Amino acid sequence: MQYLMLIYDVEADWAKMTAAEQAAMYKEYGQFTQQISESGNHRAGHQLKPIATATTVRVRDGKRLVTDGPFAETKEQLGGFYLVEAKDLDEAISIAARIPSSRHGSIEIRPIVARGETAEGKVA
Amino acid sequence: MDLEKLHREESGRILSTLIRLLGDFDLAEEMLQEAYATALQKWPVEGPPANPVAWLVSTAKHKAIDRLRRQRRFEQKQAEIARYSEFLAQPAAGFSPSLGNDPPDLPFPERHLPDDRLRLIFTCCHPALSEEAQVALTLRTVCGITTEELARAFLVPVATMAQRLVRAKRKIRDAEIPYREPSSEDLPPRLDAVLLVVYLIFNEGYLASSGDALVRRELCAEAIRLGRILCALLPQPSEAEALLALMLLHDSRCEARVSFEGQLVLLEEQDRSLWHVEQIREGTELTERALRRSVTGVYALQASISALHANAKTASETDWRQIAAIYGILLRVYSSPVIEVNRAVAVAMAGNLEQGLELLNELEQREELSEFHLLPAAKADLLRRLGRMDQAGEMYRRALSLATNDVEIRFLRRRLAEMEGEQK
Repeated sequence: MQYLMLIYDVEADWAKMTAAEQAAMYKEYGQFTQQISESGNHRAGHQLKPIATATTVRVRDGKRLVTDGPFAETKEQLGGFYLVEAKDLDEAISIAARIPSSRHGSIEIRPIVARGETAEGKVA
Repeated sequence: MDLEKLHREESGRILSTLIRLLGDFDLAEEMLQEAYATALQKWPVEGPPANPVAWLVSTAKHKAIDRLRRQRRFEQKQAEIARYSEFLAQPAAGFSPSLGNDPPDLPFPERHLPDDRLRLIFTCCHPALSEEAQVALTLRTVCGITTEELARAFLVPVATMAQRLVRAKRKIRDAEIPYREPSSEDLPPRLDAVLLVVYLIFNEGYLASSGDALVRRELCAEAIRLGRILCALLPQPSEAEALLALMLLHDSRCEARVSFEGQLVLLEEQDRSLWHVEQIREGTELTERALRRSVTGVYALQASISALHANAKTASETDWRQIAAIYGILLRVYSSPVIEVNRAVAVAMAGNLEQGLELLNELEQREELSEFHLLPAAKADLLRRLGRMDQAGEMYRRALSLATNDVEIRFLRRRLAEMEGEQK
């Protein structure tokens, strides 16, 4: 089963880190990514640019609405993700707990709907 | 053969094995219900089988095979076919395929039936499920309590309870929460979660925050039963024993806690001859064992306090000094307002009423305790003992304005009336 791991963190805290601290964090992420690649769990993963670069698109009655943001008043922002292959939720949880940001932010684990399945898990 | 009793006692075990074999909570439950329905028709006519549990497992299993066969023909579900083949390859777990009556001299086949309840408990108490879902699912599947009974016990509409169970089972399936015991590395935190669920079930029954007292009593019995299952199935002795001890000791006083008129009777005033001697003996023994293993377990410490109460011949013989000391240790391991209040009371009862009152006054300054009815109730009691009836009355009134439990409200009203009577 594939799981998407959404990494939430306080963006302002990241900005406040010194260059050396950021470098240490990148190094740690690099090692983690390598570990889960070697173990065969890694499918994809990226850091995202800051929320200030986000754009939201909606189409209503055929009209395209493009807005800056979102700037929801949440404490933590989506800052990156991994897509992993894990045998069950327990394995996914133990991988998520090794993501460096889990120590100050939070990781949301979402199972991926496989091909031929519906979101309710039924075979389509 | 009391089929209802059998259902209560054995359905968790049968269901856990069926879930393992079928990999599907709903299918396993459905097949077990069908097996019970068949038993209800057949047993009165043909007589009950020699081994009813074996008969039920075997019947549910065959019904599942039939079902999967039909589904295979019509739906060609890959995953289920794989499971189906695996299922057929399983040894019949000691059961003869015939649905007939086993000769009584055969070795009891249940011995060959692997006990899968532990993995069922760990799956039902998985931290990825909400606490209320964990509680409901554990009672539904491990204890075999019906959805209707659960709804009554937790004071929610049947539809709400049914929905809660459906959601939990759906998450187990869709997020692939595994059906197995946690690895030894994960065991301690996962076991803590399981023990918490069992304790929540017990407290729901013991504190009876509202609702039908009879239904609530059953929750205590189920929690104790779960505690026993855990102690029997866990590979090593653990805090589960301490929790079982704590529950047995609390429960030993259940007959004496509430009077015939439904009035709450305080420990001090309880008729100790109503206490359940055997439960006290077992609880005390388990407590001692738990304390030998670890003197910092939260359940072991609470159990040892309960054991000191349970083993005091009269209220005045209670070893309050030791109880106050244990509350002190407990606070260092696990801080909670209830424990703080209890410690203050123990200090007071150990002979220092003024000091106990002082501790309660300090607690009163804390914002998080401003709505906690037991704090003014405890203060009122100490003031009463000190003969300061005016202030005591005031505190009883304050406690009354915060209390929600009917039995407690009746108790506080009675005390207040006594107070006012003495003043006149």
